[in-house]
Amino acid sequence: MKRNLTVTGMAAVVLSLAAPLAMGEVSVEEYRAMLADKDANPGFLVIDQGEVLFKTKRGPKNATLEKCDFGLGAGKLKGAYAQMPRYFKDTKRVQDLESRLLTCMTTLQGFDASEIKKKTFADQRYNETNTDIEMLAAYVAYQSNGMKINPPLKHPAEKEALKVGEAYFWNRQGPMDFSCATCHAEDGKRVRLQSLVNVYNKNDVQATMTTWPTYRVSHGVARNMQHRMWDCHWQMRTPDIEFGSPATTALISFLTHQAKGGTYDLPGMKR
Amino acid sequence: MKNRTLILSALLAGAFATAHAGEDLSGKVSKLVADSFKPGEGQDMSRLAQDDTQKTCSKTRNNPSAKEADAINARERGNIKYPDGNHLMGDWKNGEKLVKGGFGMRIGSIEPDPAAKQKGGNGGNCYACHALDPKEVAAGNIGPSLTGYGTLRGASDDIVKYTYEKLYNAQATVACSSMPRMGHNGILTPAQVADITAYLVSPESPLNKK
Repeated sequence: MKRNLTVTGMAAVVLSLAAPLAMGEVSVEEYRAMLADKDANPGFLVIDQGEVLFKTKRGPKNATLEKCDFGLGAGKLKGAYAQMPRYFKDTKRVQDLESRLLTCMTTLQGFDASEIKKKTFADQRYNETNTDIEMLAAYVAYQSNGMKINPPLKHPAEKEALKVGEAYFWNRQGPMDFSCATCHAEDGKRVRLQSLVNVYNKNDVQATMTTWPTYRVSHGVARNMQHRMWDCHWQMRTPDIEFGSPATTALISFLTHQAKGGTYDLPGMKR
Repeated sequence: MKNRTLILSALLAGAFATAHAGEDLSGKVSKLVADSFKPGEGQDMSRLAQDDTQKTCSKTRNNPSAKEADAINARERGNIKYPDGNHLMGDWKNGEKLVKGGFGMRIGSIEPDPAAKQKGGNGGNCYACHALDPKEVAAGNIGPSLTGYGTLRGASDDIVKYTYEKLYNAQATVACSSMPRMGHNGILTPAQVADITAYLVSPESPLNKK
C-alpha cells in the first residue's frame, strides 16, 4: 500500500514536471476536458431560470408561454428543438427556436417584438446576467437533450432555407472580404489558437451543433445560435445582423441539416 | 456505339453538373441580406454592398473560371496604390507593431469599437491567420506560415514589389484568395503596407531570425 502511494507520488512528480514543458495543444485539451464537465456547467442554472420564466404569467396579456407551439403542437416541448428549424403555418416562414420564441412572446404574451429585439443579448462587458430570451432558449432546447438532430425537409420553404442558407454561407462581403466559408470550410483551421469548425465535416459540425445553446465561460452567460451568428458577423465587420432574421435563420437551417443525426448534449460549455 | 454512348453520357453528366452547381442564387442571397440588416445608429450599410470581385467569388464559391479569374486579377492589379515616393520598403519596426495590432473596424449598436478605432489603419491582425515571429506561438493557420519569409526569398526589388502588392491586394495574383485586400479595402494605408513589407523581407526582422 505504502509502495503504491510512493509510485503514485512519483508519477505525480513526473507529471507536474512534464506539464510546463507541454506545449499549447496539451493544455488546450485539458481546458476542453474541464469544459466538458457537466457537473460544473453553470448553464443548468440558466435552464432553471428559463423554466421559471417560461411558466410565469408575463407581458401585456399576462400569459405564460406554456401554450407555445414549437412545431409538435401547443405546449409540446419534448423533442421540439431537435426538429427545428421548421416551417410554421401561422407565420408562413421557417423559424428556428429563438425566432419562434419571439413569435410566442408577441402573440401569447403581447410583448412588442421590436422592443425585445433592442436587447436580445446580455452584455458580457458589464457582467450582465442572461436576457429573458437567452434563458428561455436554453430551457426549451434542453427539452431535446439526448435526442437526434432531425429537422424536417418537406415544405418547399424548408428546402429553400437550406439551399439559400448554404449560398449565403459562401457570400463574401464587408471590408475583410470574408464569408462564413473563409474560416469554416476546411479541416484543422484555427484563428490564433481557437479551433474552427468545418461545417462540411460531419463529426466536426455535429460536435458544434449538438452543444448549442452553450454556456460561454468568457461571457459568463448562456448563448444561443442567433448570438453565434451575430458574433461572427460582428467579427467580419458587417453591420449588426438582425436577431431572428431570414439570413440567420437560413444559415442555422443549413448548419442544422449538415449536423443531422448528431445527438444533443446540452447545455454545452465553451470558451 | 459504345463510344457514342460514352460521349453522350459524358455530355449529359456535364450538363447536369453545370445545371446543379451553376444555379445562380445570388439574387436570392441579395434579398436575404436586404431583409436581414437594418439601417440605424452605428450601422454602415455600405459595407454590405458587394463589388464585382466579391460577387464573382460568392457566386462561384471561390472557384472562378479561368476567364473570371483573369478578370479579377486584372481589375485588382489596377486597384493597387503605392506610397509616396514609391518606397515599398518601409520601417520593419513599425511593421512589427502593425502585424500584432488589428482590433478595430467593428461597428453596429451592440458592441461597436470606439469611434477612433472604427476606421482602418489599426493594424493587420496578421497572427489571426499566419505564423510570423517564431517566438509567437498563438498564430492561426488559415494562411501559410510566413516565418523566415525573407530568409527564404531574399530582398531583391522583385521580391519587395511582389510582397507589397500581395499585401495591398491579394487578389491581384490569386483570384478569390481568402486574404482580405488589406490596402484596397482600407484596412492598411500604403505606408503601412510598406512597413509590413519591410517586416517580412528585412534580414533584421525577428521573423527572419532563427
